[in-house]
Amino acid sequence: MSNAEQHLEHLAEMRSLMERSTRFLSLSGLSGVWAGLCALFGAAYHRMVTEAEYLNQYADILVEKSEKASRDGFEVALISTALTVLIAALAGGWFFTARKARQRGERVWDASSRRLLWALALPLITGGIFCLALLYWRLVGLLAPATLVFYGLALFNGSKYTLRDVGSLGLLEIALGLSGMFVPGYGLELWAIGFGVLHILYGAWMYVKYDGGLLDLRRWTCARGN
Amino acid sequence: MKDIITHLNPVFDHRNRLGIMSVLSVNDWVDYNTLKELLNLTDGNLASHMKPLEAAEYVEYRKQFVGRRPQTTYAATEKGKAAFKEHLDALEHLLKMNTGK
Repeated sequence: MSNAEQHLEHLAEMRSLMERSTRFLSLSGLSGVWAGLCALFGAAYHRMVTEAEYLNQYADILVEKSEKASRDGFEVALISTALTVLIAALAGGWFFTARKARQRGERVWDASSRRLLWALALPLITGGIFCLALLYWRLVGLLAPATLVFYGLALFNGSKYTLRDVGSLGLLEIALGLSGMFVPGYGLELWAIGFGVLHILYGAWMYVKYDGGLLDLRRWTCARGN
Repeated sequence: MKDIITHLNPVFDHRNRLGIMSVLSVNDWVDYNTLKELLNLTDGNLASHMKPLEAAEYVEYRKQFVGRRPQTTYAATEKGKAAFKEHLDALEHLLKMNTGK
């Protein structure tokens, strides 16, 4: 091997070390796909519940039950659906990412993943409290766009410490959320696009790009064909 | 040509030392075990490559206790970062000349 080739090899290795020591690269595309599916199911479920709730409310007014009681019921249902979706998405996301880390021989919990989580946490916690304030002031219409905006900010912030593609996903979420603030009445639809469709698209794209997803798929179809 | 060779720093004349400096140049403080795992080195190996870097004052270390276990963390000094950059510049120059031929 010539001297130049050796230097080139060293440079490639140094580059990889710099990446690996600062970025958490085991983030799995499947985590995104899973989170997207959870969001779509959650949104569909919420749509069903609110439609039933609407009929109930009508019945409540007929029997002169207070409007406030049914509104509280709506908020409890909204928050519990949202929490269930969040927990399911995080648990599945953790599962796929931990699996990928194992396959790559890396640890899930190390300096780079801690840094990533911290970068995500600050905008997310701020956004969470902001949304509680929206609920408190009954500005329910701004809830869905606000979650999108803060989630987008968190992703953009976190993209410094993980796969770069996460940054453009963050920008899309922010754009979606901001436009939702001026178009009232489509909160759930925007939310389903932002957390559902975009997650699935990005997750699938990242799965193909970084996880060798296409190879897996080809192997899988070959195995089934035989 | 001779000029470039003098810019290539002999302290960095090993891939593991280049590796150590790479990690330290993009991180604030890195503990011994993380370095060991990243570079895929044994205890003795990492220590022996750390010594010349310490001697040249390119890296500094801190020893502290995490719980009961002593932990050593490393960082690149300003001098080390400057020397590393100069070394990389020289390498780049060398490679450009090579491909230019």
